[in-house]
Amino acid sequence: MIGKLDEALRFHETSLALRSQRQQVLASNIANADTPNYKARDIDFNAALKGALSRGSVTPPPALAQTSPAHLAGLNTKGTTSGAELLYRTNGQGNVDGNTVDMDAERNQFADNAVRYEAEVNMIGAQIKNLLAAVQG
Amino acid sequence: MSLFNVFNVAGSAMSAQGQRLNAVASNLANADSAASSTGQTYRAKQVVFSAVPTAAPESTGVKVKQVVEDQSPLKRVYDPKHPLADGDGYVTMPNVNVVEEMVNMISASRSYQTNVETMNTAKNMLLKTLAIGQ
Repeated sequence: MIGKLDEALRFHETSLALRSQRQQVLASNIANADTPNYKARDIDFNAALKGALSRGSVTPPPALAQTSPAHLAGLNTKGTTSGAELLYRTNGQGNVDGNTVDMDAERNQFADNAVRYEAEVNMIGAQIKNLLAAVQG
Repeated sequence: MSLFNVFNVAGSAMSAQGQRLNAVASNLANADSAASSTGQTYRAKQVVFSAVPTAAPESTGVKVKQVVEDQSPLKRVYDPKHPLADGDGYVTMPNVNVVEEMVNMISASRSYQTNVETMNTAKNMLLKTLAIGQ
């Protein structure tokens, strides 16, 4: 039963995790709008969701093994915590200081992602209500 | 919950923009601080931002890497009656460009506002998440 419940909510859970990670990427872009040489990043949500669902769960990508305390952490900068590939945004116009953050595009995406996240939260709520109705009759 | 990282990122950006605003205030306040040619004349200060990686690979914060002094030539004003005038009657004035500083101020304040909004949105998302199933 618990496994079934887990399965029923898996899609929305995966999607929410990816949305919250994308929100972080976009917040980082907005925060670094004035940082020289910062390159705006984003994830391909469609591909990331497909990848995470096919792997079955939101699992982090494999990390480097640290067998000695002197080993470096080997910070993974290519993907998010759930393994979605972090891509660079290709802008038509960059800034003189090497920064590629387009503030309008970032804020647009940020608001869009926030609304979609809330929609997802509402859908989970509705699904839980459905399950409760089925349980309680 | 990974959304909490947005607070750290937006917070680091707000403090960096705050320091930039501080430098602007200092420059504007000292725009007319005259000094004799032998004394140390005030030079415009500018902050340099740099990106800092956080614990999560998807988020990047900001910090002020260094504060640099504008090395452009200082203004020399002919004013023999000034108490700080040198032998030729010139006073050295700071190289603060007031128009540039005003633009810098507006830019810093807008960036600050945007980061406050970012933080607010993340807060609302977290509160909505807490209400799941209620």
